[in-house]
Order: sequence, then C-alpha cells, then structure tokens
Amino acid sequence: MESINYQNFRIDAENICVDYNGKVALYDANLRLKPGQICGLVGMNGAGKTTFFNALTGFVNISKGKIRINGESVKSAQKDQTIAYVPQSEGIDSQFPINVWDVVMMGRYGSMNIFRCPRESDVQAVKDAIERVDLTDHLSTPIGNLSGGQRKRTFLARAIAQRASILLLDEPFSGVDIRTEKLISELFIQFKNEGKTILLSTHDMIHVREFCDLVLLINKTVVAYGETSEVFTPENITTTFGGISPDFLFGPES
Amino acid sequence: MELCSFLTLDSFITDPLTHDFMRKALLMSSLVAAVCGFLSSYLTLKGWALMGDAVSHSVMPGVVVAYALGLPFSLGAFIFGVGSVALIGFIKQKSRVKEDTVIGLVFTGFFALGIVLVSKIKSNIDLHSILFGSPLGISLSDVKQTIFISLLVVILLSIFRKDLMLYCFDPRHAKTVGINVLFLHYLLLTCLSLAAVVGLQSVGIILVVAMLITPGATAYLLTDKFDNMTIISVLSAIISSLIGIYISFWFDLETGGSIVLAQTFIFLFAFLFAPRYGIFKLKKFFAGYK
Repeated sequence: MESINYQNFRIDAENICVDYNGKVALYDANLRLKPGQICGLVGMNGAGKTTFFNALTGFVNISKGKIRINGESVKSAQKDQTIAYVPQSEGIDSQFPINVWDVVMMGRYGSMNIFRCPRESDVQAVKDAIERVDLTDHLSTPIGNLSGGQRKRTFLARAIAQRASILLLDEPFSGVDIRTEKLISELFIQFKNEGKTILLSTHDMIHVREFCDLVLLINKTVVAYGETSEVFTPENITTTFGGISPDFLFGPES
Repeated sequence: MELCSFLTLDSFITDPLTHDFMRKALLMSSLVAAVCGFLSSYLTLKGWALMGDAVSHSVMPGVVVAYALGLPFSLGAFIFGVGSVALIGFIKQKSRVKEDTVIGLVFTGFFALGIVLVSKIKSNIDLHSILFGSPLGISLSDVKQTIFISLLVVILLSIFRKDLMLYCFDPRHAKTVGINVLFLHYLLLTCLSLAAVVGLQSVGIILVVAMLITPGATAYLLTDKFDNMTIISVLSAIISSLIGIYISFWFDLETGGSIVLAQTFIFLFAFLFAPRYGIFKLKKFFAGYK
C-alpha cells in the first residue's frame, strides 16, 4: 500500500550512499522536496554537501539507494534539463578565456543540436537571463575581469537560461557583495513563486533562517531534516558540527 | 648552402622552395603544427601538459614494433598512446600513488621499453629520426598517414569544439545538462594520441609535447576569447614550423629542435610583451591596440 505519490516530489532521494574508492562520503541520506520549496543544506566542510549535490546531478554514482527527480531517473532529468547547478566560486577556473555571454549560453547546450548552434529562442533565453541578474552591461566581459559577485550572478544566469525546475546552489552567498546578495535573495523569492525547487548549501546561519522553508543538517548522513523553525535548533546545529557550538563557528563570519 | 646566398629576403624564402623535399617538409610540418596547435588550446586549459608528455613518450615502443612488423607506424603508436593512458588510470585507481608520479613512471617505462626494443630489433629503424623527427625525410606513405590522421583530428575537434570547451571549463555542468562527459574525456585523449603520432614526425618523440602545449600557452597570454585562442594557437604553431624549417635549412641545424625553439621564442615574446598579460604590457605603449 503506497500512499505517497512520487510524482509530487521534485527531488526524492532515498537512503543514498556515495563512496569514493571505498571511502564513505555520504550514507543513508534522505531528502524529499516539493515544487516551490527552498531547502538549506548545512554541514561542516567534508560533511558531504558537495557529494550530495554531485549525486543529485549524476556527477557521481550512488552505491546504494534511489534518486527520483520528478518521479524519473537522474539520467532522464539530465536529458530534460531539469536540474541546474550553480558552482561555488572556488570550483571554477576564473582565468578561463570566456565571457559572460558564452558562459550563460552554456546553459542552453543541453537543448541544442550537436554543433551547439544557438537558435533564436536560445539567444532570447540568454538575453533574458542576463537581464534578470543585471549583467547586461557586461555581455562580452571575460569572467576573469568580473568581481566575485558578478561571477556568481553569471552562473546564476546560466541556471536561469537553462530553464531548470530544480536549482542546486553551492555556497551562493560566499564572497559576494551586498548588491549581489540582495539580488540573489530577490531572485529566490521569484523562483519560489515560479514553483522552482531550490537546494542551497551555506555556511551562513542567518541566510538559512531568512530564506529556507526546510533545512537539512548533514554530517556524512542526515542529522536532522524538517521545517527550519522546528529543526534549526542550537542542539541540532551543535550535533551537526561535531559538538562545537554554532556561536563559535559562525560568530565572527556572520 | 653558403650564407652569402641569402643576401635578399626573397632568395632566403624562395631558394629552399626549389627543393622537392623542402616543399614537402614545409607543407607537412604546417599541417601537423596546425593540428597540434588546435588541440593545444584544450590541453593547456585542461591542465594536461604532463598527460601530453606521457602519451607522446609512450608511443615509442608502438612505433618500433610497427616498423618491425611492417605495419603503419601510426597504428602502433596509437595503441601504445591509448594504452599508456589506460594504464595510468588503472594504477591511479588501484594504488595510493599520486597521479603525477604514476604518469611519470608509466611513460618513462614505456619509453625505456621502446629504446630497448630498438636495440634488440636490428632493422632499418632510425632511432635518431624517431627521437628527434625528420620532416625533411618524410616518405610518401607517411605523408598519406599524416594527412589522414590530421584531417580526422581536425574534424573531430571541429564537431565537438564547444562541448570540449565546456568539458575543460565546467565538466560538472556538462554532466548536469546531459552531455556525455566520459565520451568527451576519451575523445580528447584519442585526439591527443593521434596528434602526438603526427607531431613526432616533425619534431620527434622527445619534443612533440612542445607542439602540444607551447602554442596554447602563447595564445592564452594574448587573448580572453576561446575562439581567438584557438586561432592564435594554430597560427603561432604554423609560423614556428615555417621559421624553424627555414632556419634549419640555411644554418644546417636540427629541424625538430629549430621548430620547437621558434615556438619557445614566440612564447617568450608573448610572455614579455603581451598587451594584457605580458610583463611589460605593450598596451600601455600603444593605446587602442587590440
């Protein structure tokens, strides 16, 4: 007797495990998210946040468990352009010879032909996306000449251009200016209203309280998961960070 | 070939062209340089310089065995080039030894095997031309092979140009939007092996890695656009080949070494005077120079 309709979940990860050559990075992790939900992913460095993202995008294979995206496999989610990934700044070679327009156009590659020739609709999608992140003045600026915040917005525009219904963001607020932070928060509210599902990892406790309906605390596995107001307690946070008090961890940063 | 015979630039350029072997050398080396230069953009951005070194050295036993068995040398070279990459991947995965160490020990092992084979198989193999290249003595069957392989690599790179750029830039995004990253990985490795095979005829096994990284590095200092980087890389590779061959003709120098040295000088020039990224930033002197 199955009472849950899996179609209702954008993301449905069940007991997933990931190991790299026998070294366990994540085990028995569960996550269910519906359209329009924003979920914060909180944990120490090495707690498996990036691994969780990698599993959802199919960049690493899970050794156990099941992932359903809109009720289908990760592979068909890739083909359908369902998931967009916004990398953290350190994950990108900022000296790569490429400009804003070309990065955002990469969001359209998955739906283009094999030669990746942009159609009218692709060009329009890229234009719109760049406009939404307020980078229209920087279309042909090489990414190496952008500020950290502008670069972050470029990759956000790529995700928008992709027209994905699920956005995975790795540390979207790290190293960005106030203007970018404000713009990203506004976009989050728009995304939520558009019914997109957002999973973001962050080190900043204030952001979790501000945007996230749900929070997933992880330390190699799920420590706690649920409504932010219920789950995001000092006790849970302390457990997540291996017994260290959150004030000590985040006081100076935030 | 006395020095006095090129009193004019005109004869400096046209005299060598009267020789059939020089025309062939100039054409074939330019083609090889263009192929290696094209690939060079990807290798330098991907950080595969050491991989290029590994593959190019590892083809040595393949070349020797192919010659001994009377097979096309490119076939043997290709098998050993790809084999070395597979072995590197296998050892890396199955042991705790770090990647650069694995690469170093695998390619030197292959290279040593090649040298031992040459000494054992007493045939008409010219060790010198394998190690240092012999663009002036290229045979007709080698010409056909080179043209075929070069066209193949250029076609493959042209078709997957943008995908390969994305793969070098952000493989995670490529995977997320359903692009076959594993295929691109092996495509790039295959092109690398093939380019090493044709490149070794020009400059030899030891220096072929220069053909695969120097033009890309030079171009990287001169532009912020990927397409321009590819064009500059190809052009600088071709120009270096022509300069190298002419210099070696007039001054009776080793051809392969001359070509690579020409590439190195062009790199040094970019390193010093590149408009944006050079030490002396020429842009300051020529306002509006692009």
